[in-house]
Amino acid sequence: MESESTTSSAQVNGNLAQTVADLSKHMLELDEDDDLEVFSKDALINQYKLEEQDIKDVFITVDCPENHVTSIETFVTYRVITKTTRSEFDSSEYEVRRRYQDFLWLKGKLEEAHPTLIINPLPEKFVMKGMMERFNDDFIETRRKALHKFVNRIADHPILSFNEDFKVFLTAQAWELASHKKQGPGLLSRMGETVRAVAASVRGVQNRPEEFTAMNDYVETFSQKMGMLDKIAQRIVKEQKEYLEGMKECGPVYTLWSGSEDQLVEPLKAIAGCIDNCCKVTEEQVAGLSENQVPILHEYVLCAETLKAVLRRRDNIQAEYESKVDALASKKADKENLKEEIGRLEDKVECANNTLKVDWERWKRNMQSDVKSAFVDMADTNMNYYKKCLAIWESFLTSQKTDVHLEKDTDS
Amino acid sequence: MRGSEILERMADSTSEDVAVVGNTDFAAADLHNNTNNTVTGYSCFSKTMMEEGVPLLKKMEISVSETEKRTGKNAVNMQEVYTVYLIETRPVDAITEGQSTAPDSLWRRYSEFELLRNYLLVTFPYIVVPPLPEKRAEFVWHKLSADNMDPDFVERRRIGLENFLLRVASHSVLSKDKIFYLFLTQDDGWKDVVYDTGFQAKADSRLKALNATFRVKNPDKRYTELKHYSDELQSVISQLLRVRAKVADRLYGVYKVHGNYGRVFSEWSAIEREMGDGLQSAGHHMDAYAASVDDILEEEEHYADQLKEYLYYSESLRAVCRKHELIQYELEMAAQDLVSKKQQREELTTGTVRTFSLKGMTSKLFGQETPEQREAKLKVLEEQIVEGEELVKTSNAECDEYVRNAWVDIDRFKEQKNQDLKEALISYAVMQISMCKKGIQVWTNAKECFSKM
Repeated sequence: MESESTTSSAQVNGNLAQTVADLSKHMLELDEDDDLEVFSKDALINQYKLEEQDIKDVFITVDCPENHVTSIETFVTYRVITKTTRSEFDSSEYEVRRRYQDFLWLKGKLEEAHPTLIINPLPEKFVMKGMMERFNDDFIETRRKALHKFVNRIADHPILSFNEDFKVFLTAQAWELASHKKQGPGLLSRMGETVRAVAASVRGVQNRPEEFTAMNDYVETFSQKMGMLDKIAQRIVKEQKEYLEGMKECGPVYTLWSGSEDQLVEPLKAIAGCIDNCCKVTEEQVAGLSENQVPILHEYVLCAETLKAVLRRRDNIQAEYESKVDALASKKADKENLKEEIGRLEDKVECANNTLKVDWERWKRNMQSDVKSAFVDMADTNMNYYKKCLAIWESFLTSQKTDVHLEKDTDS
Repeated sequence: MRGSEILERMADSTSEDVAVVGNTDFAAADLHNNTNNTVTGYSCFSKTMMEEGVPLLKKMEISVSETEKRTGKNAVNMQEVYTVYLIETRPVDAITEGQSTAPDSLWRRYSEFELLRNYLLVTFPYIVVPPLPEKRAEFVWHKLSADNMDPDFVERRRIGLENFLLRVASHSVLSKDKIFYLFLTQDDGWKDVVYDTGFQAKADSRLKALNATFRVKNPDKRYTELKHYSDELQSVISQLLRVRAKVADRLYGVYKVHGNYGRVFSEWSAIEREMGDGLQSAGHHMDAYAASVDDILEEEEHYADQLKEYLYYSESLRAVCRKHELIQYELEMAAQDLVSKKQQREELTTGTVRTFSLKGMTSKLFGQETPEQREAKLKVLEEQIVEGEELVKTSNAECDEYVRNAWVDIDRFKEQKNQDLKEALISYAVMQISMCKKGIQVWTNAKECFSKM
């Protein structure tokens, strides 16, 4: 990796290289993660010129949820298995157990390190209905799948996958992770960051570039539409389940009826059989929609919130820079330090903007692919449903030895 | 009595033409099969009918072709809105002298159909009289309104009324009735003619009898079984209709929610460059899918109507059984009465008191009767016994005749029912197949659009 970055630094936009070089001087306030970021930024420029699917060298599975009981609490842990050929990793295979909180911590660290990168959302922390839902099998399975996707998305990301905290997450034993978590920027410096961020957001950004306003507008609409699609998809599943409940009552009535008849016994029983078979097919269909389509749409609802946060953070970085520029105009003293700081912040803004722009394109590509496959899946599920039901009813007609359906075909 | 002349002429005609009916819906198809049954000798019963003549339907086209709203004053002198139905008739053999090829027509409202049916029920108690379409919309799901003025309801009622007339007209016994013929052809004063028959009086007494509770000592096993069957049929079809209404409602929900996809896809496509076209066209298919449920459920409503007809037929069946019970009961009462009278006669003639009676006790207490008194009593008893024997004889004959006629019609009804319901079940399957094919089409198209995103 390092040799790559030096040989291709010549290809790099001269401005950016300068920015990177300047940045490396001002690493005092940032923790060691950002040192890695210097190299990563070089890598970033290169990586985006490569095909993304080029080198997938980190494979992660999240499985085997288990209940973990301590004297204080009960929680679920998931097994995380990593297989990799990367040289940064000491070994080629790792197995650790992680709980939801650990994933949450990871996400926080990644956002901190890369404020304008778009990080896949985590499944939601709480379910509205009740705390006991936490231990419900379906809930855990849905969560497991989402966590699996979360870490794999990070593994596929050209920058995030090289993050040190990510590596620790994948490889450290429980106690190692705990002690690693305690490290990081001191309380005071973290407070300072927060104060700055809040101040910046209160002030608001003045000269937001047009393309980011456009992104903001897009995200607003996208968020709205995704929310609606999510609701629609869930509603369809609900209605279909209710339809299924109703259909389940039909078969038995036909069977009951056949008990009173003599000539009609056979067709009535056959109809009851068909309806029961259709019910089974409907159950498959509902499961298909619930497992494939609904979670994807829901994930993108959460994604929209992530996008909003990313855009906010970018705005804050710019606002911070702008405030220092204003301060320079008004303040008389300490101009030198201020100018240095402005230079640093200017670079920070440019870097943030560029990473966001590139990652935005990557995110859009992923989104399109995900959404497309979700809806294609939905169409497939429904097509299979109707095909199977068709076969069931056609076999009924054949069993009744009639060619009525041939005549009626000309009508439809 | 022009009506009866025409009736006779029609009965005598040897035309073999099959009636062509105005509507090509299931009702007509069913009736076609029905008339075939009575002609081709499907059951032994049809041969007898052939001798008696051919059902009216073979001679006459009948249809209920239009509906109209009318306003008028009702019985309590209040304005009301009601619907009338146009009955059109035309002789099949239009070469009869003086007959034009344009159909004759008159308007009737639902209550007049009810009157006709009540008349038939009373006049032919041993016949399983076809039912009318429901008075009020029952077993509805949310889309259909239960309002009698709702155009869908009126349309389905029109079809049901036509079906009723066709069933009566194809019945070998019912179709011969003069009042029925006049219903189809006489515009004014039909009601008076019906009332003049005095059937109402019979109706009242019959109604009283049917509502009364009485026990029959030796019930005819066949009728008991038939009554059980009609109860079971009513119960199971009611259940089916209820479940079916629920399912229809749910199906409607599933389809219609997909319409929202159409709307949101369209809105979303505005902000997407690459996916926009795919989303838009997929959205159109979602709209089409949502809209397709209306036709599906309309067809399904026909199926429900077919079931409903047999739900109401079960009531007719039960009425026939009840009437038989009544006749049987009257016969048993008459026989019992005769037996007791004969016993009394025996006691008087032999002087032995076999059974305890108040008369016997009082005569013991207050002294025996004189020979003249005894003679007088005996004479009265003899007369009563003769009357009683007559009564038993006629009751027996009535019962036998009833059973014979009724059982013939019940067999006919059973054949009709088996045929109709089997066809209904098949048409249900056909409907499901059509629905599946449409579904496959829509989702294939949608998938294509999604793939292009």
